[in-house]
Amino acid sequence: MSEIRINETTKKLLSEISDFSGEFKGAYNIRENGACAGRRSSEHIKITSKTDKPGLEIRIDPHTAGETVSIPACVTHGDVDDLVYNDFFVGEGADVVIVAGCGVHTETGEPARHNGIHRFLLGKGARVKYLEKHIGTGKGIGLRSIDPVTEAELGEDAVLEMDTAQIGGVDRTLRQTKATLGKGAKLFIRERILTERDQTAQTEFSVELNGEGSGVDLVSRSVAKDASHQEYHSVIIGNTACTGHSECDAIISGSATVNAQPELHANSEDAALIHEAAIGKIAGEQIMKLRTLGLTEEEAEATIIEGFLS
Amino acid sequence: MLKLEHIVWDAPDGRRILDDLSFEVPDGKLAVITGPNGGGKTTAAKIIAGLVTPLSGRIFLDGEDITALDATERAKAGVSFGFQQPVRFKGITVRRLLEISAGGKVSEGKLCDYLAKVGLCAREYLDREVNATLSGGEIKRIEIASVLARGTRITVFDEPEAGIDLWSFTNLIRVFEDLRRDLCGSMVVISHQERILRIADEIIVIADGKLRERGPAERTLGTLLSGTDVVAGCVKQEEMFR
Ligand SMILES: Nc1ncnc2c1ncn2[C@@H]1O[C@H](COP(=O)(O)OP(=O)(O)OP(=O)(O)O)[C@@H](O)[C@H]1O
Ligand SMILES: [Mg+2]
Repeated sequence: MSEIRINETTKKLLSEISDFSGEFKGAYNIRENGACAGRRSSEHIKITSKTDKPGLEIRIDPHTAGETVSIPACVTHGDVDDLVYNDFFVGEGADVVIVAGCGVHTETGEPARHNGIHRFLLGKGARVKYLEKHIGTGKGIGLRSIDPVTEAELGEDAVLEMDTAQIGGVDRTLRQTKATLGKGAKLFIRERILTERDQTAQTEFSVELNGEGSGVDLVSRSVAKDASHQEYHSVIIGNTACTGHSECDAIISGSATVNAQPELHANSEDAALIHEAAIGKIAGEQIMKLRTLGLTEEEAEATIIEGFLS
Repeated sequence: MLKLEHIVWDAPDGRRILDDLSFEVPDGKLAVITGPNGGGKTTAAKIIAGLVTPLSGRIFLDGEDITALDATERAKAGVSFGFQQPVRFKGITVRRLLEISAGGKVSEGKLCDYLAKVGLCAREYLDREVNATLSGGEIKRIEIASVLARGTRITVFDEPEAGIDLWSFTNLIRVFEDLRRDLCGSMVVISHQERILRIADEIIVIADGKLRERGPAERTLGTLLSGTDVVAGCVKQEEMFR
């Protein structure tokens, strides 16, 4: 199948969560309300359906260079509870970009949910940039939920850069990310979350550094507005000579609440692990500086938040 | 023209910090404010910028009373303020900050000009974040550039030379001299540096929250350096480092 047959809502969601412009470059699979709405494999990237459960197997040949594979998923109306298992097998020395955005839309009182379980197996020296953007849209009061699970196994010297953003409209989210790292492997995670009204976001990271010289750098930035609530929990386990750094920065306003629980486990004297966390409202002097440049207080706040989550 | 009239301000703990402070800076003139640490210079600057509200007294811009205007309104009315301790922002780039300063999108060439004036290479800095990774001198230069990008009637710099290395210092002095030449307003620089005091049209000495001295540069600087005044110490110190 190579023809794209999607509804207008999906089209709109796709333009928000990916660089969709009527087409994708490279291999892709579009999931719409639990069904496949278009797929294309490329010479080096093969996408096939799983036979035992819903989802895909994406096989990327060793040494595939400079290709992008997009597997967006959209839920475009209420009363959908979509569950999908996608497995990525990234061959030795491949260097690719994976785009896996997700949009949920409801115009009714019925809830819309997408639950994507993504597994990544990175071969020796493979490099993957994984982009994941989540949004919720529509005027319906039905809850929009996205509950992504990401599991990554990084082989020797593999590098995974994960860039994940959820900046609006998702009412409930539970984000779980697990990774194990082999010798010399590197994992970079950038997470940005915005919650407002009575939304809640819970995010859990667990990284095991098993290989000598492996390292993780985890940066989470979040903004909690109104009466929203966020929970952050990270576990970094250093089992050998390795480096781990996590940073959780949150801005709160209104009656929002944030709870951050960073955990570091050093099981080797050569494990160098650091955690930084800061939660608070926007610094008054930042607002002051922008006001002296002519912005109003509201404009200053919006500018600071936009930059913080960029 | 900028004019402060009988400004009084008390710290939250009740201590009187500014005590009946009055001075004016005519159009096209550069006034340098100096005086001992803790004398009230930064507080006076913040009162001009609208960051601190005086207990009593009035502030005039071109004869118009701006005392009741808040920081945003003052900025729009034509007041700019370069902070003694520049503020850092996670995620806001130098480009974005300069664009906000300039009041909208500006050409790449213009952005380069602002940065070149403070001795920074645009290619290296425009897309950097104004965050904690910038050195003290770098952020100070960006702060000055953000004020230059505004080009307002009243420009106040609070110790712009702090943290700037000696070579760049000469260039910084040139920036102030250029600014004064092109200026169609008034400029105030708070400084302890003799070389900056020397380019002043007028020197204002603030100590203990009061106007201690005020006059043409040559005369006032002479008194300061002769060592008969309490504030001479801070200016003389700089001599020792040169
Ligand atoms: N918000 C505040 N609360 C308490 N004290 C304050 C406050 N702001 C200023 N002060 C005090 O007012 C006095 C004047 O401070 P200011 O920063 O204006 O001095 P300055 O002349 O700029 O000094 P420096 O040369 O060290 O920069 C100081 O004693 C300072 O501690
Ligand atoms: Mg000061």
